[in-house]
Amino acid sequence: MSTISIRRYASENGALAGLLLLAVVIAVMQPAFLNAQNLLNVGVQAAVIAIMAFGMTFVVVAGGIDLSVGSIAALAAMVGALTAGPLGLVVGALCGLVNGALVSYGKLPPFIATLAMLSVARGLTLVFSEGQPHETDAVVTFLGSNLTPSLPLPLLLMLAFFGITGLILTRTNLGRRMYAIGGNEEAAKLSGIDVRKQKLWIYALSGLFAAAAGLVLAGRLGSAGPQAAVGYELDAIAAVVIGGASLSGGVGRATGTLVGALVLAVLRNGLNLLQVPPFWQQVVIGAVIALAALLDSLRRR
Amino acid sequence: MKVTRRIALTLGAAALLATGCSGTGASGGQITIGLAVSTLNNPFFVELQQGAQEMANQLGAKLTVVDAQNDATNQVNQVQTLVTQGVKAIILNPVDSKQAAPAAKAAEMANIPLISVDRAVEGGKVAAEVASNNVSGGSLAAIELGRATSGEVAHLKGISGASASRDRGQGFEQGLNSGNIKVVATAVADFDRAKALNETTNLLQGHPSLKGIFAENDEMALGAIKALGARAGKDVMVVGFDGTPDGLKAIQDGTLAATIAQQPKLLGSKAVEQAVKAAKGEAVQQVVDVEVKVITKQNVAEFTK
Repeated sequence: MSTISIRRYASENGALAGLLLLAVVIAVMQPAFLNAQNLLNVGVQAAVIAIMAFGMTFVVVAGGIDLSVGSIAALAAMVGALTAGPLGLVVGALCGLVNGALVSYGKLPPFIATLAMLSVARGLTLVFSEGQPHETDAVVTFLGSNLTPSLPLPLLLMLAFFGITGLILTRTNLGRRMYAIGGNEEAAKLSGIDVRKQKLWIYALSGLFAAAAGLVLAGRLGSAGPQAAVGYELDAIAAVVIGGASLSGGVGRATGTLVGALVLAVLRNGLNLLQVPPFWQQVVIGAVIALAALLDSLRRR
Repeated sequence: MKVTRRIALTLGAAALLATGCSGTGASGGQITIGLAVSTLNNPFFVELQQGAQEMANQLGAKLTVVDAQNDATNQVNQVQTLVTQGVKAIILNPVDSKQAAPAAKAAEMANIPLISVDRAVEGGKVAAEVASNNVSGGSLAAIELGRATSGEVAHLKGISGASASRDRGQGFEQGLNSGNIKVVATAVADFDRAKALNETTNLLQGHPSLKGIFAENDEMALGAIKALGARAGKDVMVVGFDGTPDGLKAIQDGTLAATIAQQPKLLGSKAVEQAVKAAKGEAVQQVVDVEVKVITKQNVAEFTK
């Protein structure tokens, strides 16, 4: 590989380079990081945030933001535990549709519309659960389990959602319109795209993905909790941004988001393996997020 | 040029990571114990951790602490990581008793003995259980409130769905019939002093003849006392839970009628004692009950030294 192509590769995959560097640093300081079991654990640990972040990628590419994904995940998991998993997915998609309707037809800023949903969905979770965790049925529990000891289903689901996200973004009209809307909404409108209708679908997809993430999370615990996934929306946004998407819209890829989610999971795993005191871990995680975003902005100059 | 700058930045990140680390090499023969705490964003669990650290130092064991920040899934992840690290015993302080089984299973599959502390692990195998009973503590609070006052009382609840809130609230309701008090209002204040101030202010509007308040932790009790102003400890009695330094001070001042003290340091140190025994393959005590204590003006001096 010539110098130029290495350089081009690196600049297109800044997040990937960061992930590899992070892994090398941790592995040198604590070789146990590279245990097959530990690497599988990291994959499983990344799955929930990754699936949520894939849904967030659609919204961010289209120039929006979705603060309600953590609450939607909790609500979908709770509905799934109290009734059946598929109904949880339906509820998640419905919440997303409401977000989309508020943004496109109600003309609310996405930040406010989804902030409202964050509160409504969390509240409904508490109402339905009566504040108690509820056991999940065999189907949902299966989502969080291992097919064989070395084949955890959450990891496979993460890869499946990764594939679906890549396909939607690059191979469908909806995906191309996401970039168009996020790049320049006026231009998209003038070119004949029904922006409002597209946004309905975009937020519904985000709600659906969040619901799937919630079911995986509940499956891992064998139980849906009223306080599950609090604050996960911020991790999901961080994963998308670390992955190189722009919060002003029009830029973002499935690969980047996957790498972003892995960076967060590797960091959390590595910091514990290296026995970094818990209070310092939060400082380091914040600093790494800032650095990743900084790298990205330097690259774009 | 750009590439150089990028590399410099990334190396900066690595350096940052490195400086945050304590020594990782386990010295020969020393037992390493993992402590998975529910949250360190709460003085109670910080004290529990301190008690554990002191006992570990005393017994010559090494303690690795991880903080789940009140997230049950994160806690499962962290227990898996402790297993990878090869610790000899794991002390688990569950985020939620009912959601702790997968974490317990991760330890069980690796044949690492598990000691639960402060909260039980439902549906999982533990070698020893070190706890104070939150339910019986809640009942004690109801009895104390019934002793201090009679008539209409209010119940300030912690975070909806949190196990400490469930247990204390349940115990309180069970203990109610002992005195002559009746709950006429409940409000959720998330264990938070500022929220309790607002909620109590609102409650007093609707129930001006309130005679007592039970708050599921001292922070909320102190918020309620702030809202009551001069009425606190005079015609409205407040009972808290935890026995934090601020709570004890309020008891001395006469604004807080009583608090139910757990002994977090003792919880931590007893847990490490059992963990080290389990790690060495010695017999452990399966249930270690760390007493909760009712603190009132009469005995507060014993706790403030």
